[in-house]
Amino acid sequence: MHIPDGYLGPATYAAMYAVTIPFWAVASWKLNRTLKAKQAPYLAIGAAFAFVIMMFNIPIIGGTTGHATGATLIAILLGPWAAVIAVSAALIIQALLFGDGGITAIGANCFNMAVVGALVGYGVYRLIAARSEVTSRRRVAAGAIAAYVSLNVSALLTGIELGLQPMFEQSPSGRPLYAPFPLSVAVPALALEHLLLFGIVEAAITALVIRYIQKNDPDMLK
Amino acid sequence: MQCGMRMRNKKGNKTDQKLWIGVGILALLSPLGIIIPNYLGAGGAWGEWTLEQIEKMSGFAPEGMKRMADAWKAPMINYAVPGQAAGPVHSSLGYIVAAITGISATAGLMYLITRLLVRKDGSSKHNRQARR
Repeated sequence: MHIPDGYLGPATYAAMYAVTIPFWAVASWKLNRTLKAKQAPYLAIGAAFAFVIMMFNIPIIGGTTGHATGATLIAILLGPWAAVIAVSAALIIQALLFGDGGITAIGANCFNMAVVGALVGYGVYRLIAARSEVTSRRRVAAGAIAAYVSLNVSALLTGIELGLQPMFEQSPSGRPLYAPFPLSVAVPALALEHLLLFGIVEAAITALVIRYIQKNDPDMLK
Repeated sequence: MQCGMRMRNKKGNKTDQKLWIGVGILALLSPLGIIIPNYLGAGGAWGEWTLEQIEKMSGFAPEGMKRMADAWKAPMINYAVPGQAAGPVHSSLGYIVAAITGISATAGLMYLITRLLVRKDGSSKHNRQARR
């Protein structure tokens, strides 16, 4: 889901930076007001976890690979705005040091996976968890469903951004200048693999860690 | 700051140590993220192809993509150590080195951001000074 350089035209990648920067600003403002120094190590762990979990490429036999992002899990444990920043930090390091995701696409990738990933994940989790006990099964289910929904929304957005390119960006002869596949190809491709496999893995990881936290440090879920 | 943390919140601290161990284990297991896909004949992610792959798939290399594809030269491209030898052992070791490098860089960046965001009148400095 890490869009590389050259896939998005300038109009799209600039727009995606423009959309993402305000979310970074709001997240920073929220954290500035609420963050306590004792939470700092957890934010670093959250960001590091997002980084490393994305290295676990999950294969579709004979097909493509994908991965979980941890965005929902981090949002549940550290709060949605902390998760926006933590997952963004991981994505920025992935682009700068490892060429995973383009420099021009940092805005888009952070929007898809960090902003949407964390906020949608957290929203769905709160909605389902409601006022249930922090140690309840319902919390685990809420986390799993939220993670599944969130990763799929991220994938859908990525598909739409890529699929719009042939429409927006053409050479005078009508050939695509950037990502060449239309919406009718990009959206189903990205949506299906996440609906059928990668979303389930994201859900399972989220559920497992929430279960672990419930047993070991349930205060983190308050 | 970490020092203050440890003394103040024993339980929380235990959890953060355990979680770091978890992240460390993931780093050591990370080669599974290349070995298993390789074994099952899975390629890269959808929409993350190289220019050559795009050319093969669609019959042409889009002009804009050609111009922009190399916008940035990442030092450890594809999560590999520059110049690492071929073969599954070297690529696995390189992947672990990349994981540790990336975890350190990400945690470091996040720590910096947190330092900038925690208010000066918040618990950080205040408690540190009180402790001295």
